[in-house]
Amino acid sequence: MKTANLRGLTVLLLGLSFVSCTAELTPEQIADNLRESLISAQPGDVIDIPEGVFAFSRSLSLTADGVTIRGAGMDKTVLTFKDQAQGAEGLLVSASDFTVEDLAVEDTKGDAIKVNEGTNIVFRNVRTEWTNGPDTKNGSYGLYPVQTENVLIDGCVAIGASDAGIYVGQSRNVIVRNSRAEYNVAGIEIENTVGADVYDNVAVNNTGGILVFNMPDLPQEGHSTRVFRNEIRENNTANFAPEGTAVASVLAGSGVVITANDKVEIFENTFEANQTAHVVIASNYSTNYSERETVEGYDPFPEEIFLYGNEYSGGGDAPAMPELEAARTALFGEDGRLPAILWDGFANPEKSKDGELLDEFGICSSDEVEVFNADAPNGFAGPRVSAARSCEHTKLAPIALASDLTL
Amino acid sequence: MTNLSADQRDALGVVLARVVCSLLCCGLLGCGPQGVVFHAVETPDRLSDWGVVEVAGGALRPAEGVLAYELNTALFSDYAHKLRTVWVPEGASASADADGRVLFPVGSILSKTFYYSKASAGDSFEEGVLQAKWEPSAPLDLADPSLSLAEVHLVETRLLVRREFGWDTLPYVWNEKQTEATLQRIGAERRIALADSEVGEFLYIVPDSNQCSGCHVTDMATDRPRPIGPQLKHLNRTVATASGDREQLALWVERGILEPVDASTAPRAARAFSPDVPIEERARAYLDINCGHCHSATGPADTSGLFLDSEIVDTRRLGFCKPPIAAGRGSGNRLVSIHPGQPSESIMPFRMNSVDPGIAMPELGRSTVHAEGVALIRDWIESLDGDCQPALGATAGR
Repeated sequence: MKTANLRGLTVLLLGLSFVSCTAELTPEQIADNLRESLISAQPGDVIDIPEGVFAFSRSLSLTADGVTIRGAGMDKTVLTFKDQAQGAEGLLVSASDFTVEDLAVEDTKGDAIKVNEGTNIVFRNVRTEWTNGPDTKNGSYGLYPVQTENVLIDGCVAIGASDAGIYVGQSRNVIVRNSRAEYNVAGIEIENTVGADVYDNVAVNNTGGILVFNMPDLPQEGHSTRVFRNEIRENNTANFAPEGTAVASVLAGSGVVITANDKVEIFENTFEANQTAHVVIASNYSTNYSERETVEGYDPFPEEIFLYGNEYSGGGDAPAMPELEAARTALFGEDGRLPAILWDGFANPEKSKDGELLDEFGICSSDEVEVFNADAPNGFAGPRVSAARSCEHTKLAPIALASDLTL
Repeated sequence: MTNLSADQRDALGVVLARVVCSLLCCGLLGCGPQGVVFHAVETPDRLSDWGVVEVAGGALRPAEGVLAYELNTALFSDYAHKLRTVWVPEGASASADADGRVLFPVGSILSKTFYYSKASAGDSFEEGVLQAKWEPSAPLDLADPSLSLAEVHLVETRLLVRREFGWDTLPYVWNEKQTEATLQRIGAERRIALADSEVGEFLYIVPDSNQCSGCHVTDMATDRPRPIGPQLKHLNRTVATASGDREQLALWVERGILEPVDASTAPRAARAFSPDVPIEERARAYLDINCGHCHSATGPADTSGLFLDSEIVDTRRLGFCKPPIAAGRGSGNRLVSIHPGQPSESIMPFRMNSVDPGIAMPELGRSTVHAEGVALIRDWIESLDGDCQPALGATAGR
């Protein structure tokens, strides 16, 4: 309790000091003060930033643990990097027990907010945006915790990233909720992460709504992600990622994309009008990474995918790939739709029989949907449709975060 | 006096010594060296209060007892020249660990002064832009490590100070008159033009204190900055001294800076731009000092899975046929970091050749392209045998 009180007092004092000074300060001075505060920050500090637009030509960075950066609201306190001359991020944090809330970071040249290594990381009511809309020249990631543990992304908004709006990489124990991702290539991406809950979000107008990926060459392979109660619709924006990146091969019109990741549970989501497929399940071979050698020990196959209780409407009517479009008209007619679930057809031979994954590793669904097997291993020669297998996988445990993160 | 901290007393002592000095000797002999002052806690605003480097008689030089040193291959910093100095407190010395890292005692101070040769003898500035020379190598002679302020312009001096809790990173920026450098924790920007070169005018950026950590925290587990250059492999070379060429490590030992080491068995990094060294060694030395502090198994860029320090032998780790992880725009439509034999298909030289903050590597410390570095890495990749194979045969895939 004592600690809490002291923290409260610090908040109060810092808040007061800022309020009392800001009346006379120019935006430039406030910007310099922020940089100064980040440099001299000590554990327990709350750095308040008043309402206003503050411009930076160089990256901001924070290295002290236990710091909170707080604005006056995601539409009131704006850090803009439109004229950024230096730094691969807007704000780079390498610290634990970090919270950023109620502010926006706009138009960075690289990533907006990157947190590299740390535990207990909170993004709350933060907006990251490239204000010119989808553009290949936009920065890569909006909210970008990597190699972090115990992460909460709550009430955030991510717009216009040329890679992923909300990108959680190589992390553990993560919650992304109540957030909105739009007009990014990937709305929300969970990559090489162990244990993530993604729920109550809106992913709309991205190229792909929510991605669960595993990439090669990294020390940690991801698994165990739950994607539930999200609204995932109209993710049909043409792919504007720089070529060569992993997400450049995401097909426009994808709701959820699972690539090479295992133990993914997708339930109680609302899918609507995703024009390639509501759920795309693919191996690493179906990305542009297939042109590159895979590294030894890497598992390129997605396994143990479980879908139930989702609602699907529309979609599948304009897949963003000629082979799929040909299959759509051939199998379902000019006005037909591809089924809700698209599988590339690559199966680990050790875990499959007659080209179909064994139930214990396969795609299981109690939803009344069909699975479209694109037959990519045979160059799309024999695409086919089958009912989803009604098998079940063991349900994953919810992610638990310490209560002081989720306040 | 009893109310003053030790540090304040130190500072006062320095001031008093200065006053006495200027009264007694400045007029006759020029100001003598005041000596180095280690400030254990407080950080003075003026570089001169550390007494590590001194401006006197129209030149900047290391203070008495402070040794200038050189590295085999140096980090590229916008073609700036660097005067590096080392000082350890009386009676203490640094030691080398098993990895060849030099461990400095509390109280040690490393300095690095960034400077350019002036383009002409007259006014150094035109409309606020420093007019400097483009020179591939430094005019500094370690046998007499002084910088004539008639010939060079000082931009900044960065200190690494070994305090009780660890290293502190302190950027000091020189004034236009070149009489003093002041602490600028929030960094600074300077417009500089390099005459008669393709570089032209650019924005030179002094990093802020936290950004110093972006490079100097080479082990994210410890989360503390540490020196990068002063490691045995980088120091292990001959240097000019007033009494002829010497082995630098032996010189450090002789001066009491370093516990005795066997220079004959110590590792030695290559000189990246020495033509008689095989290109592989030159390229690896360049990548090590320019990239390896981040791109290592313990550094901040371990998230990329690309490791470029000199310890790495696994070529995939080094980037051969390795796809990017989160390069974003930095991939430049190339598939792999290094495509043996094909520099134009390799991400690495593409990023080195960019000054766009969303693409450029290294991320910090340069606003210009190091054309010679890019050429070196391109030549090395060109020289490599082998090819990158797709994961699947030609019929399968997307």
